Amino acid sequence: MTEIIVVTSGKGGVGKTTTSASIACGLARRGKRVAVIDFDIGLRNLDLIMGCERRVVYDFVNVIQGECTLKQALIKDKRLENLFVLAASQTRDKDALSVEGVRRVLDELIADGFEYILCDSPAGIEKGAHLAMYYADRAVVVVNPEVSSVRDSDRILGLLASKTQHAEKGDGGVKEHLLLTRYSPRRVATGEMLSVTDVKEILGLDVVGVIPESTDVLSASNAGTPVILNENSDVARAYEDAVARLLGESVPLRFIEEPKKGFFARLFGG
Amino acid sequence: MGLLDLFRRTPPSAHVAKERLRIIVAQERGNRGGPDYLPLLRRELLEVIRKYVNVDPDAIQVNLEREDGHEVLELSVALPEKMRA
Repeated sequence: MTEIIVVTSGKGGVGKTTTSASIACGLARRGKRVAVIDFDIGLRNLDLIMGCERRVVYDFVNVIQGECTLKQALIKDKRLENLFVLAASQTRDKDALSVEGVRRVLDELIADGFEYILCDSPAGIEKGAHLAMYYADRAVVVVNPEVSSVRDSDRILGLLASKTQHAEKGDGGVKEHLLLTRYSPRRVATGEMLSVTDVKEILGLDVVGVIPESTDVLSASNAGTPVILNENSDVARAYEDAVARLLGESVPLRFIEEPKKGFFARLFGG
Repeated sequence: MGLLDLFRRTPPSAHVAKERLRIIVAQERGNRGGPDYLPLLRRELLEVIRKYVNVDPDAIQVNLEREDGHEVLELSVALPEKMRA
């Protein structure tokens, strides 16, 4: 049984690729056979975040156009046995992806025994974003606690509910999950930032993860090591929890409250 | 919140964000699934009505409701107070 999960958001720069890379690693580390596909045609980036940019020979579009086999294009991760990356093409041809082409690649991955296929969606609501979500069984909607990100993700929820195969078949639709990134408990406590509860209420989604704002995310992307692999990071722990919840485990939310401060720190706001 | 924060803090803005989002999301969800011409229809109706009555842009509601098999286009215009007198 294969599950296809789209990581999407509408708005750019909220952490889709960071999330795709970390969830893929987290699932693979739990022994699942995982493929993660970059749907951002023309703007390949997942390979950099995964640290395999120099090993890209063939890409997603090459496979679809029959210029290589899927096996040739899948890049095996050097850290995790069961993890494979399919890079986006850098072609400027927007029509390089097609519904049938994507279906063929997904079918081949399913036949090959992959248990999870993660589709890293591009920003926006154009073709790439549409194709990334079209065959999804589940969606991880990445949201920053900020007005434009929340509004755009609601637009994406509308598309998930109408422009996907599950929606067209009318068989229960795509299962949607909310993943909040760049969360700052301190700013939530002072009333400057929307809280988990606020975003959850506005969008009406269940929360699969809350990732705290942290400099660890930039360090991880600098190094090409998905942040979930940084053992000392709260971000890694938060992503690990999100992976557990995706697998159906019940894990309480962490890192959503400001750490308790001492008397003097409180007095002076330190 | 620290004592010094009392003097330098900007007023909390998250509740403003939440209210604005609640309204716009509800409005956009209401339009979702409806035909693409609804916003234009609404705008043109507003123009026509404004030739005769000076109504607020928010005073016109155009809704399309689906009820078992047939569709109802519902138009509601709230006239300003003094017009009714």
